[in-house]
Amino acid sequence: MKWLGNTNGAMMGLVIMLQPLSGAVADYEFSAKAGFEQRLFIEQGQYAEQLEHTQASVFIEPEFYWSWSEGGDSLTFKPFYRQDEFDQERSHFDIRELSYIHVSNNWELRAGIRKEFWGVTEFQHLVDVINQTDGVEDFDGEDKLGQLMLNLSLVQDWGIVDLYLLPGFRERTFGDVSSRLRAPLVVDTDHIVYESSEEEKHLDLAVRWSHTIGDFDIGSYWFQGTNREPLLTPKFEGGAVVLSQYYSQMDQFGFDAQATLGDWLWKFETIYRSTKADDFWAAQGGFEYTYIGVYDSGVDVGLLAEYAWDSRGDDGVAGAGVSAQDDLFLGSRIAFNDMQSSEVLFGLGVDLDHSALSVLVEANRRFGESFKVSLDLRLFQSSESLDPLYSIREDDHLQLGVEYYF
Amino acid sequence: MFNKRNISAIFTVFALSMASHAQSADVAKAQDAEQLGLQISTEAKARDTGWLDNTSDMLMILRNRQGQESTREIKTKTLELLGDGDKSLTIFDKPRDVKGTSFLSFSHTVGNDEQWLYLPSLKRVKRISSRNKSGPFMGSEFSFEDLSSFEIPKYSYKYLGDEELQGVDSFKVEQYPVDKNSGYTRRIVWIDKVEYRVLKIDFYDRKNSLLKTLSYSDYKQYLNKFWRADFALMTNHQNGKSTKLQWSNYAFKTGLSDTDFNRNTLKRAR
Repeated sequence: MKWLGNTNGAMMGLVIMLQPLSGAVADYEFSAKAGFEQRLFIEQGQYAEQLEHTQASVFIEPEFYWSWSEGGDSLTFKPFYRQDEFDQERSHFDIRELSYIHVSNNWELRAGIRKEFWGVTEFQHLVDVINQTDGVEDFDGEDKLGQLMLNLSLVQDWGIVDLYLLPGFRERTFGDVSSRLRAPLVVDTDHIVYESSEEEKHLDLAVRWSHTIGDFDIGSYWFQGTNREPLLTPKFEGGAVVLSQYYSQMDQFGFDAQATLGDWLWKFETIYRSTKADDFWAAQGGFEYTYIGVYDSGVDVGLLAEYAWDSRGDDGVAGAGVSAQDDLFLGSRIAFNDMQSSEVLFGLGVDLDHSALSVLVEANRRFGESFKVSLDLRLFQSSESLDPLYSIREDDHLQLGVEYYF
Repeated sequence: MFNKRNISAIFTVFALSMASHAQSADVAKAQDAEQLGLQISTEAKARDTGWLDNTSDMLMILRNRQGQESTREIKTKTLELLGDGDKSLTIFDKPRDVKGTSFLSFSHTVGNDEQWLYLPSLKRVKRISSRNKSGPFMGSEFSFEDLSSFEIPKYSYKYLGDEELQGVDSFKVEQYPVDKNSGYTRRIVWIDKVEYRVLKIDFYDRKNSLLKTLSYSDYKQYLNKFWRADFALMTNHQNGKSTKLQWSNYAFKTGLSDTDFNRNTLKRAR
């Protein structure tokens, strides 16, 4: 929880700001979710110290919300904590959100720790760059750490312009030696190397424009600052070989577009990233087609296909982790549209250059008014040591999640 | 599949088979019925025009065949647009796992609606296909099209006659959806003769059999002009399920404007 040091000042500022306003607070809401998760690994891990078959954890994520001036000002506080049975790095605390928003007619100011999502594709989020990945939560990269920011959002006739000042970089989280779904070497989370002499205090900048023109939703941005993806290189540390994290500086241009044409959604994302070591392009594109009400039922079936490309190709594999350089993703989403909002998602990822395959099945439904249960199955197959999936090829698992909302 | 064209073709065949001397009179009568149906519906729409904007809270109680219930709590904000469909923001409070999920819709009288969904756990705004008219809304017996604003160009019309509905003198008007993605071949609407309020709607599915009945009750008048029901009950005759809607905190002319309906407002809607 080192990073708390960086953001403590801002946090205190926000808390103090709230104090004199307590009399004027018009609206206060509390909600929370707490959950239990059990993973069941089918095989033993490939590496000696990895946990064996089961991994249980619990988490809690409350949300406190205050608003005043008829909703013109609001404050949200959302801390998060997970306790894991084995992985000490996965037992972690994070402030997902501690943010103040002031709204005016054509602009709004957002300050504090926040999460910002950019992009349109489903299997990979290339353009999504603001928040660091919370890598211990899950291996899919969907979970993010809160990012300290000052964001001015301007609503114009020609689109929304967002300006960001991003102080306080967050390093990626990695599991400890006991964790499954990791590389052969453990990532050193204590000694981090930065390209910038300002290290994690480097002030990052971003500007994004997004707009809807008829059936098209498009967005484009430029980001300058610390690369969220660390370069991992082996080194000796305390008598063992570990992976050391190196964070470069980068300039990144990104573009995303979605065309919504009847039952078809066409999606495309691309980035151009420039760092000292290399410059590259990457893109992800595809479609989602939804068949509404199959056989005159209320069930919707969506079919998804996406292709990922990276100009670094295979050369980049040893670099910053090019996991999708010539990959095809296929999926299906079945929404039952029933009282319990039952849903099943199938996904398949194939690396067309290396024989590597990942399969996921996610099913979830509500029980009663306050419980949500999910069951996920993830299977990995890889026979080439060059592929990132090779190191997790024995990590097939089933994951049961029960979440309680109150 | 039945659509409006099929139906009029059937009517034409029917008309041709009738004795020739009666034909012209029947066509004239049919035209009158279409005219009258349109007039009644236009008057109902006209009487519900000019509220500018509107906010309300809605409780949706889903009930299955076994009598088990599940509740959704929804807030809506709507901006009235003259000459086009309304803009609306729908915010979900319950069930709790979808709290903060919100839905932005720009409905259009001609062409596809524009719709976005905000998923708070991912902080993601998704543009979604508006083609889904017939699908169930939040697992209820209401489809998306049942909850969208009523616009004259969305249907063609036919006046069926007068009928007393629970002691209220009403017009009975048949409405045929223009959109081929509609889940219905037709709806029969009962509109009261004094205030032009919709009292009841029968929905006929794509096979033209009776699917659902919607009844409104406890109408109250706001700003001395606009009538809103406190309750609505949608009963599905085919699956035995029903959904009850209960509105509260109706407010009109609250000062909402175009700037309250965009991606930014969608993300922070409460």
